Amino acid sequence: MNVEAAPPALNARDYKSDVKPVWCPGCGDYSVLSSVTKALAELALPPEDVAVISGIGCSSRIPAYLNTYGFHGVHGRATALATGLKLSRPDLTVLITGGDGDGFSIGGNHFLHACRRNVDMTYIVMDNRVYGMTKGQPSPTTEPDWDSALAPGGTGLRPFNPLVIALASGANFIARTFAGDPNGTARVIAQAIKHPGFSFIEVLSPCITFRPDQREWKTKAHAAPVDATEDIGRAAKRLMTDDGFTTGILYIGDREPFALDDSIVAKGPADIETQFLV
Amino acid sequence: MSTTIETIEELLAHVQVMEREAYECYLDLAEQMEVHNNHEVAELFNKLAEDEKKHLSYVEKRVGDSDIPHIAPWDLKNFDDSGVNMAGAREVHYMMVPYHALKLALRAEEKAVAFFAGVVSSSNNQDVRKLAAEFEKEEQHHIELINEWLGKVVRPEDDWAEDPDPPVQPT
Repeated sequence: MNVEAAPPALNARDYKSDVKPVWCPGCGDYSVLSSVTKALAELALPPEDVAVISGIGCSSRIPAYLNTYGFHGVHGRATALATGLKLSRPDLTVLITGGDGDGFSIGGNHFLHACRRNVDMTYIVMDNRVYGMTKGQPSPTTEPDWDSALAPGGTGLRPFNPLVIALASGANFIARTFAGDPNGTARVIAQAIKHPGFSFIEVLSPCITFRPDQREWKTKAHAAPVDATEDIGRAAKRLMTDDGFTTGILYIGDREPFALDDSIVAKGPADIETQFLV
Repeated sequence: MSTTIETIEELLAHVQVMEREAYECYLDLAEQMEVHNNHEVAELFNKLAEDEKKHLSYVEKRVGDSDIPHIAPWDLKNFDDSGVNMAGAREVHYMMVPYHALKLALRAEEKAVAFFAGVVSSSNNQDVRKLAAEFEKEEQHHIELINEWLGKVVRPEDDWAEDPDPPVQPT
């Protein structure tokens, strides 16, 4: 599917800052950074009209590597910060970037409610099924039998399924991509940005240092044999047979994005709070 | 998606995007190596980026004022099953040596040859086939140069990735 856009005024590299990434060479996050810049360039979005919000972790460093506006926020609170920003500055294109630990463990609750609230922003989670920055602890998406020095024999816990949670909680655009396909990921990011409401993209992004086994993901990731569906039931059915490596856009919904009521003049925090009730 | 290219403009648009992709990819890889103090490989990737920049300038000059179509990187056509991404760009390591970098560059050139060969064999436009054949010949020459270069660098030992001071993993 083509993403309709004017020819880019800037090249992808123009969206990068002078700060050089410190990720391990071979890390999937480099590809995701490249995909984000390609998507922004293809959509011809001026850097000053974009804000990238993150939490804590390797992948949450992305705002520093971009010359858009950015906020390297509190652990797990990126979706909450981004929600506040988007509601107060609806003119901005707001992206949220982070990892599986930040988004699904520390920020798990915020994730659910960001999906429910359906504010118009795009959440890109670089899922490597491990806490890389703190040297290899199992995360919510880690396989139960992943044996490591920090979790001998594995955690035995059922992994968190981000796509199932996103669908059940109301996200309006749900996709999974693989960092080994940066151009395919860029295409999906561009589509997610253009789609109104809360868009969620899980990017399988290998951690080659603490999960060298994930180098094999390039042979496991496979494109979905079907196009995205607008039918939530059909999307749920597809997830029942998902092996965790199916890539592509799963679901495109048509829920009206949440926005503040401009007609209400807030006289204090209580008036503002009433608008956030869902 | 159609897998033929039928106009000179479309072919030039593809070449422009491919050269830019290669240039930016090598620059990224050079930066990664610089950050990880692998200066020898960083220098090599920078040199490859410089070469790609020259090719990009050449193509842009050739495009001139022509009205070429805009092609997003994800809409590049390909004529084999290797996809639209640059070959092997994510298969780098902080302890890699020039041999690995040249092997990566070799795969990228081979992919380019496969692209132009695909255009030559599938296009119905004689002018497109002729220009694609020119580009293919040029990429073949790059392959020869890289193979020559590979003959001059040291082949890595089997334990090249063994780090005496690895990332700390509590035991």
